[in-house]
Amino acid sequence: MAVHELQVTVRERGGIGVIDLVGDVNGSAEAALKEGYAEAVRGGAASVALNFEAADYINSTGIALIVGLLAQARKSGIEVKAFGLSEHYREIFEITRLADFMTITNNEDGAVASAEGGQDA
Amino acid sequence: MTALTKPFRRRFLGRRRAQEAAAPEHAEAGATALEQTPVEIAPSDPLLAFLQSASEPVDLDELELDSPALDELKAAGVKLAVPLVSQGELIGVLNLGHRLSEQDYSSDDRKLLDNLAAQAAPALRVGQLVREQEAEAVTRQRYEQELEVARLIQQNFLPKELPDLPGWQIAAYYRPAREVGGDFYDVIPLPDGRTGFVVGDVTDKGVPAALVMSATRSLLRAAAQRLIEPGIVLERVNEQLCPDMPEKMFVTCLYGVLDPATGHLRFANAGHDVPYVRTADGVGELRARGMPLGLMTGMGYEEKEATLQPGDSVLLHSDGVVEAHAPDRDMFGFPRLKQTMADAPDEGDLIAFVLSELESFTGSDSEQEDDITMVSLQRSAAPGPAPVEGNGRVLAEFELPSAPGNERTAIERVERAVAELGLDTARLERLKTAVGEATMNAMEHGNEYQEDRPVSVRVLLRSDRLRVQVTDQGEAEIPDAEAPDLKAKLDGRQTPRGWGMFLIKKMVDETRVTGELGGHTLELVIRLEGGGDGSP
Repeated sequence: MAVHELQVTVRERGGIGVIDLVGDVNGSAEAALKEGYAEAVRGGAASVALNFEAADYINSTGIALIVGLLAQARKSGIEVKAFGLSEHYREIFEITRLADFMTITNNEDGAVASAEGGQDA
Repeated sequence: MTALTKPFRRRFLGRRRAQEAAAPEHAEAGATALEQTPVEIAPSDPLLAFLQSASEPVDLDELELDSPALDELKAAGVKLAVPLVSQGELIGVLNLGHRLSEQDYSSDDRKLLDNLAAQAAPALRVGQLVREQEAEAVTRQRYEQELEVARLIQQNFLPKELPDLPGWQIAAYYRPAREVGGDFYDVIPLPDGRTGFVVGDVTDKGVPAALVMSATRSLLRAAAQRLIEPGIVLERVNEQLCPDMPEKMFVTCLYGVLDPATGHLRFANAGHDVPYVRTADGVGELRARGMPLGLMTGMGYEEKEATLQPGDSVLLHSDGVVEAHAPDRDMFGFPRLKQTMADAPDEGDLIAFVLSELESFTGSDSEQEDDITMVSLQRSAAPGPAPVEGNGRVLAEFELPSAPGNERTAIERVERAVAELGLDTARLERLKTAVGEATMNAMEHGNEYQEDRPVSVRVLLRSDRLRVQVTDQGEAEIPDAEAPDLKAKLDGRQTPRGWGMFLIKKMVDETRVTGELGGHTLELVIRLEGGGDGSP
């Protein structure tokens, strides 16, 4: 299993800064994740959504990075959403209680809808 | 009257100022009235030889000898010395002072004394013998009691039962010599099914040896539970024994740890007789260097390993076996034991075979000179791969350099190894996360990402448990999981990190940490039946 350094691209959809994560969310993803977040909120988006559809490995260091990102967002009053998590990683987001502090939806549409409707998917 | 008993042979006693009449009964009766100051007769004093050869009462005044004792007896007023000789041996002297009548002893007196001496000597001898025997009986009884205590201590500390290891024949034998020696053996159950085996020998015999043996055994047991490497275990026990070890005593000891699932045996030796191993290639020795325990602090113990294949066997033994003698004083010896091992039938009782060879060598009537102790580990010959149920099987065993990202390799290899088990996706994913986190922990905290310190991973299947053991080579303990507080982390009151062990514990059914110096193992356990309901 090759290691895939995280590639981050950012786009905007329905007023949300969508951060597409491709590769491994681990210690080496720190810089990419930070940059992606900074870019996503640059335009003044009130919420960002982390797209995990192409992130097939998340380890505890990756969790720590997400915690850091979430902490930063909360300070700025920015909502963080996540979608595209596999069942396993969704379970991990629940165990770690990340799911209590971010809106988790199955897919991108759900994330957008939750922003529009102002409620959890 | 002065009597000689064997233990006091060097001391002849005389009486000062004998005042009684010649009649012996008077001498007896008056004895208590006399001053008791003894006259010492040195063994080299010529008076002794003279009295020994004298056939009648000796008039000391007429005796001219360069003898300090003679001078002293004369000064004490002894006139006549009547030797008491029994069976040619001088056993006492009857010392008489001057007659109360101030007359010389007549020839009748002398004859009477002579007769008296002839009758008194054997009687005195009988009395002496009785007293000696009584003293000996007391000594012997005390000695037997001591042996009984030693035997009780020894037996109390030997294992009451041996472990039942599927696929293995484990046997032990202990027979103390009449004078209980310091032999001992022990079998120590260890985490994850491994078993520790000990054979040892304390120098000295009896109660002191038994006490040192019991202390050694307790220290070994305690160290074995906390430490993985046999060499480290012996090192620790040596440090603990040294300060309290009686002078001139020490303990030889062989300690091995067997993983019955794999046949892997790690061992270290503190100066004990080298065990033999029998494989398809013949009989070899399991050598590892090390000083006996309790001699010197700061000792290191070499650690070796061997893997016992089906059909292989190991014999741990004490020197009572190789040092047993034939009636012609020929010694059983190492070469003969080695040959016996080679001659033993494949699946039979190895110890019984060695004992029968030993008995035909020493003869069945001979008294056993020293304790005899043996422990045998025989791996049953298996026609094919070991069955999964009841036994254990290694699905994978590998090492990885401690480099970032290598946990992915560990995950991949464990996933391949457990593919045959058909774990459902959720369980498999949880296991993968746990393996990745455990490997990362080992590489980072244990080995500090030093590439020359590999992380070893072993995947074991034993009955209804899947076990993944991840071992580092670090000194640092594996920290226990403290449930991370996400709110505190988000508010900046806690570092965002610290999820590894927490996740591991949530991902598998059981975790277990073993080890101390030189490496730690984190074992991840998944229950394959009963525990696998799909929820964490």
